[in-house]
Amino acid sequence: MPIDIEITHLLKKYGDVTAVENLDLQVKQGEMMGLIGPDGAGKTTTLRILCGLLRADDGDCLVGGRDVKKELTTIRGLIGYMPQRFSLYPDLTVTENLRFFADLFCVPKSERETRLERLLQFSKLGPFSKRRASALSGGMKQKLALSCTLIHTPRVLLLDEPTTGVDPVSRREFWDILKELKEQGVTILVTTPYMDEAERCDRIAFIHKGRILAVETPIDIPGLYTRVLYELKCENFVHAARLLEGQNDIESVQIFGDRVHISGFDEGKILSVVKKSMKDNGLEQYSLSKITANIEDVFVDLMR
Amino acid sequence: MKSRIIPIVRKEIIHILRDPRSLIIIFIMPTLMIILFGYAITFDIRDIKIAVLDQDRSQASRQLLEKFTNTDYFKIAGELTGRDRIEPMMMSRKIVAAIIIPPGFGRDLVSLPVSPVQVLIDGSNANTATIVINYLSAAINNYNLDINRNIHIPLQIQPRIWYNPDLDSTNFIVPGLLAVLMMMICAMLTSITISREKETGTMEQILVSPIKSHEIVIGKVIPYILVAFLVASAVLIFAKIVFNVPIRGSLVLLALLSLVFIYASLSLGVLISSKARTQQVALMISLVGTLLPSILLSGFIFPIFAMPSALQILSYIVPAKYYLVIVRGILLKGIGFQYLYAPVIFLFIFGTLLLAVSMKNFKTNLEG
Amino acid sequence: MNREISVRTRDLTRQFGRFTAVDHISFEVYDGEIFGFLGANGAGKTTTIRMLCGLLLPSSGEAWVEGFDVYKETDSIKQNIGYMSQKFSLYEDLTVSENIEFFGGVYGLSPRELKKTREKALSDFSLEKVSGKLTRELPLGWKQRLALACSLLHNPKVLFLDEPTGGVDPISRREFWQKIYALAEAGTTVFVTTHYMDEVEYCNRLSIMHNGQIISMGTPNELKTRYKKDSIEDVFIHFIDK
Repeated sequence: MPIDIEITHLLKKYGDVTAVENLDLQVKQGEMMGLIGPDGAGKTTTLRILCGLLRADDGDCLVGGRDVKKELTTIRGLIGYMPQRFSLYPDLTVTENLRFFADLFCVPKSERETRLERLLQFSKLGPFSKRRASALSGGMKQKLALSCTLIHTPRVLLLDEPTTGVDPVSRREFWDILKELKEQGVTILVTTPYMDEAERCDRIAFIHKGRILAVETPIDIPGLYTRVLYELKCENFVHAARLLEGQNDIESVQIFGDRVHISGFDEGKILSVVKKSMKDNGLEQYSLSKITANIEDVFVDLMR
Repeated sequence: MKSRIIPIVRKEIIHILRDPRSLIIIFIMPTLMIILFGYAITFDIRDIKIAVLDQDRSQASRQLLEKFTNTDYFKIAGELTGRDRIEPMMMSRKIVAAIIIPPGFGRDLVSLPVSPVQVLIDGSNANTATIVINYLSAAINNYNLDINRNIHIPLQIQPRIWYNPDLDSTNFIVPGLLAVLMMMICAMLTSITISREKETGTMEQILVSPIKSHEIVIGKVIPYILVAFLVASAVLIFAKIVFNVPIRGSLVLLALLSLVFIYASLSLGVLISSKARTQQVALMISLVGTLLPSILLSGFIFPIFAMPSALQILSYIVPAKYYLVIVRGILLKGIGFQYLYAPVIFLFIFGTLLLAVSMKNFKTNLEG
Repeated sequence: MNREISVRTRDLTRQFGRFTAVDHISFEVYDGEIFGFLGANGAGKTTTIRMLCGLLLPSSGEAWVEGFDVYKETDSIKQNIGYMSQKFSLYEDLTVSENIEFFGGVYGLSPRELKKTREKALSDFSLEKVSGKLTRELPLGWKQRLALACSLLHNPKVLFLDEPTGGVDPISRREFWQKIYALAEAGTTVFVTTHYMDEVEYCNRLSIMHNGQIISMGTPNELKTRYKKDSIEDVFIHFIDK
């Protein structure tokens, strides 16, 4: 598989603050790569450098084999970039917004209407084509923004937190659309702060403080976890959590709603510590089971 | 329970001091406007460009023309030889007026009771035209007096102009500007500071606390009274230095009465912000709502007594009108409080009324 | 466990013109409970919270917060609640200390109390080192801690959290929730509104809101078992797709 996005040793500083440091990332053609990290991790900066909105202080970025620094105009035709706050014109209708972006990217008149039709159908915005953008729901706005980004049929899509502030149903629908695009061969680099969205990507890159911590496929992510994780369920779970906190051989105790997650390095030691504590305090009714780490657990592990 | 006004005031002062750029703009903008207005709006016209067509070329005609060349008011832009040049020059705005002295002017002056001189004036700007006519007649009267020194004129006006003897219009404009500018700045300052908090969401955070609306409103107004007062002082000092505007009355009195005006203007800003949801809307309303009435209906430039009666009535609710009376009174006439209590009382009532309405409007919830 | 009721609503309803944002919802929340509202944008979560905070009046129905009536006793309610929104409504141009002092002042603390409260808040939330820093210079996770500190200065009995940890890194999020669990243990009632699944998992009990109504309620595990789904997100989508 040829590589569509290749970032090597990327460095970007804003004054004294280092936003991105020694960042390497490769995205294969037709791959959906999720760039996951908290706010301020360097996600937006990386995308902005890729589409030439920011200049890197050091390192190289190739998109479709072309250098961002040298062939920006060509690259702009190759990529579709959807910024975090994609600004649609609220007083224009869905169709008018699409037409405007078609004109912006010099889509030939002969092709314009067929593409418009296809995008409207694809995004299921057809019935709302005459509605003003301001009257669309959050999820529909995101879909319109994506459609505007797709109007010049880009080969590489850069999406900056496309689902932030969108409710779960619309979010799921949005990801289904991305999956469809991927199947059509579009390369996608998408950023998100939501751990639960990551599973929909082919590979996930964890980014924190401007560095990539790890890149892995969702199936193999639990394998990155260096500890063991147990889930404890019992009636008085808060009390149980307090008992276990700070005990030898127990690394962390985290309450989740009505259960407790316990992590450590040695299975046997954890089990004996928990059993002893529970017994000593008369908490006989409980269940303890080993569970697989989720993406957030792995992220926390990698950050430490 | 302690009053919550003080924390609001303290925080507001920090906001002001942490944002020196805005603070500088607040001080620079009025001084710039004073310069612009002070120099641009002047009713004294100098260097009026005129053309002369002397068809007589006698000693008398030359003496008459000297009356025009010897003053600052006129500038001879062309000495013509034929009438046909006058219109093109007027069309290309090279001259505002033309004087035509007909052949035989000197002879007629001696032999005939009346000797005509023709004056043509560009009337496209009526105001300028009137002033030019006045100046021309004055110059010609001057000449008349010269050649008829012994003639007895039964009735003569000897005008003595008080308060502004040179009729210098900057003395009239600059104090007026102080009123207009202060009105605008005060309304803007308060309306923006409140609407900004609505935009950033901090207002909601304050409203979930047991704070009362009067505590927010008063806490917001107090620091800006101080800022506005400093701006007013800066503008006044500047006006004194650059335009040498006279200060004949008591500065202490002016300071005190200015505070009342500032209070009224800030209250207007609070009222605006109790309705405006965004800074942009607040800014627009405070600009349009203060600048236009303050310039047009306050007597700043256009005398109120000459307005149609509907506008005259409307002018009663323009606070700048009252402050103009105060500023011009104290600076130019040097009058004391006994002549000024009426406008002061009005401004105070106006401010208090607006503040009361704003507090009532300013809900400590998100309704309406 | 025998716990006191902290918040109770009966047929609480709010209309905006002809639109019913909250439609006859009834529920009870107990002292020390972490109660989550899950719903899409416009489901009525924010309107409900605003009514309980005394920012909006209900159109009909009843509600009490710590025994105070939301119609008549909003001042008493406001004295007893803390509120922290997703925007962390802090003054960005004020330092950490100044923000704490300001919000303390707004809640009517005297200068002496204020000093004590400030020191305690700074140490409780490990903000001592940045106390003189401007808030805008803080990383998101720190801002979130400051926002929580500011909303707890007056020791509220009920704490409302509106999407409190969206966008922050997972370690900060876990630390944040540790604080919340400690508060709940000490008896503070915690209300959370969110549509982030990452946050939902931390609640003791959840109610799913849709079109102004509560369509399901229970602990996260109860909901998953009841609807035979693996995750709360699947439970949620199961309802909305219907």
